[in-house]
Amino acid sequence: MLLVLVRRLGNVIPTLLAVIALVFLLFSVLPGSFISGMNEDGRSVIDPAVMERMRKEMGLDDPLYERFAKYVGKLATGDLGTSFRTREPVTKLISVRVWPSLKLVFAAMAFAILVGVTLGFLAALKPGSLIDTVSMVSAISGLSLSQFWFGLMLMYLFALTLNWLPSFGYGDGGLRNLILPAVALGVGPMALLARTTRAAVLDVLNADFVRTARSKGMSERLVVKWHVLRNALVLVITIVGLQFGSLMGQAVVVEKLFAWPGVGSLMVDSVFQRDMPAVQGCILMIVLFFLFINTLVDLAYVVIDPRIRYG
Amino acid sequence: MKWGSNTWVGGSLVAIAIGVAVFAPWIALTDPVMDANLMNAELPPSWEFPFGTDAQGRDIYSRICYGARISLTVGVVSQICNSLIGVTLGLTAGYWGGWWDDFVSGLTNLMLAIPSLVFALAIMAILGPGLISLVIALGLTSWSYSCRIARAQVLSLKSQGYVQAARILGYGDLRIMFTQVLPNIFGPLIVIATLGMGGAILAEAALSFLGLGIRPPFPSWGSMLSEARDQIRAAPWLSVFPGLAIFFTVLGLNLLGDGLRDILDPQSQTRRA
Repeated sequence: MLLVLVRRLGNVIPTLLAVIALVFLLFSVLPGSFISGMNEDGRSVIDPAVMERMRKEMGLDDPLYERFAKYVGKLATGDLGTSFRTREPVTKLISVRVWPSLKLVFAAMAFAILVGVTLGFLAALKPGSLIDTVSMVSAISGLSLSQFWFGLMLMYLFALTLNWLPSFGYGDGGLRNLILPAVALGVGPMALLARTTRAAVLDVLNADFVRTARSKGMSERLVVKWHVLRNALVLVITIVGLQFGSLMGQAVVVEKLFAWPGVGSLMVDSVFQRDMPAVQGCILMIVLFFLFINTLVDLAYVVIDPRIRYG
Repeated sequence: MKWGSNTWVGGSLVAIAIGVAVFAPWIALTDPVMDANLMNAELPPSWEFPFGTDAQGRDIYSRICYGARISLTVGVVSQICNSLIGVTLGLTAGYWGGWWDDFVSGLTNLMLAIPSLVFALAIMAILGPGLISLVIALGLTSWSYSCRIARAQVLSLKSQGYVQAARILGYGDLRIMFTQVLPNIFGPLIVIATLGMGGAILAEAALSFLGLGIRPPFPSWGSMLSEARDQIRAAPWLSVFPGLAIFFTVLGLNLLGDGLRDILDPQSQTRRA
């Protein structure tokens, strides 16, 4: 277990460093900065002397390598820099957004697993049946939907027409506000899970050890419970992990649509305001989440499937 | 499901979308940008305006027809970029191995760790909104799948007799890669590009919706949805039809991709049947 963790970290840390470097470079070659942007929109014409001072204060005139070294040095102590816009530490801005984001991502994934795995499983047990056709048609449709359009339609139907649920916002953070964004975000992973589960279960159902179990007189229920579920789970968990990890990034649009106060909507707002430290912080947060979940998935393999050994 | 029905349904949907894009000037009823008429603002669907009109009185149907051009262009061009980058990196990494392979694998892991929509968002923030930056942002951010496939295939083909023979004949590395290996991996690459095109169309819609893609008044399906969102209560048809256009086009591409995979890789079909 420990060995897996160490090996995995050996992969994760270089990737994380590379992401930091890439993001930093991208935003450093950005033509025009927050300050020139403030001048461009015509509303606020700043005195050149003030601009000069602001550039100095924000360290925009220092050479690239110096800024990078400073940035990494601060990162190491957990300092993501200061937001150009609000003058608050980015860590603080993000920290209030993380919990709503996590809530949304977990709720979406719970929906996806519950519906997707069930559909895929039922479909595989009776291939060619009505339930198979229905689940596979909904799966391919779910993959082709644009999340925010689906969210918009949900909003129109359940919030504006039927008045069952609030149309947007965080509210008091309760379940009622969470349902629509979570379903809109979860429909893609749900579809993918339905397809993967079906394929994985079909694969296992044809395996030799399942035939052996059946021929020795094991009841179908026990075969499924003992052999099929456990083996199909490995493949399903891979997809769950990959989807889960990238969900915080995918949530950007849904969060914006439902005015959900998460990391994604902070990122979009910061992009519009050219608040580079905040954008960098959000990207790092999203990548960190992805890498963290994937490490967990690797550990989960070892628990579920003793055949998998790293080393 | 009958063999090949995916391919037929998907192919037909894609063919319709392409037809609409190519023949937009002939099948559209009005000009998508210029024919604004406030007298006709926000009319529900009718015989005169089959999909209704928007806040400026422009015909939604005509705007969707022209929007097909933008969505499909973004999808096709960005997938060509992705395939070129992915194939070149994957082929050379698998063939040469060594430090170059390590470097490319690291780069692929890096690309997989940053969700492509987030990456594209960052690039759009730098380049500013517009068609060209949209294509660049989407064309640079999702090549990791084709890269992985190309690399894996090269690794397994490298030791094949005909590749060895080509080497003995004195073919250069690049010539072997592109004339001996590449033709063998066309199948999976086309499947990936087809599925990726659907993804690119969805991403275009998402970025335009956020206000970073195609800017109004030019009609792209995403920018139409972005304008429609505030009027969802008063004029839901503004949101319904562009969304359906996206859905059926992407559905077509996904079905076609699935169908092609079944045809090109018969093993996956028996596995799934």
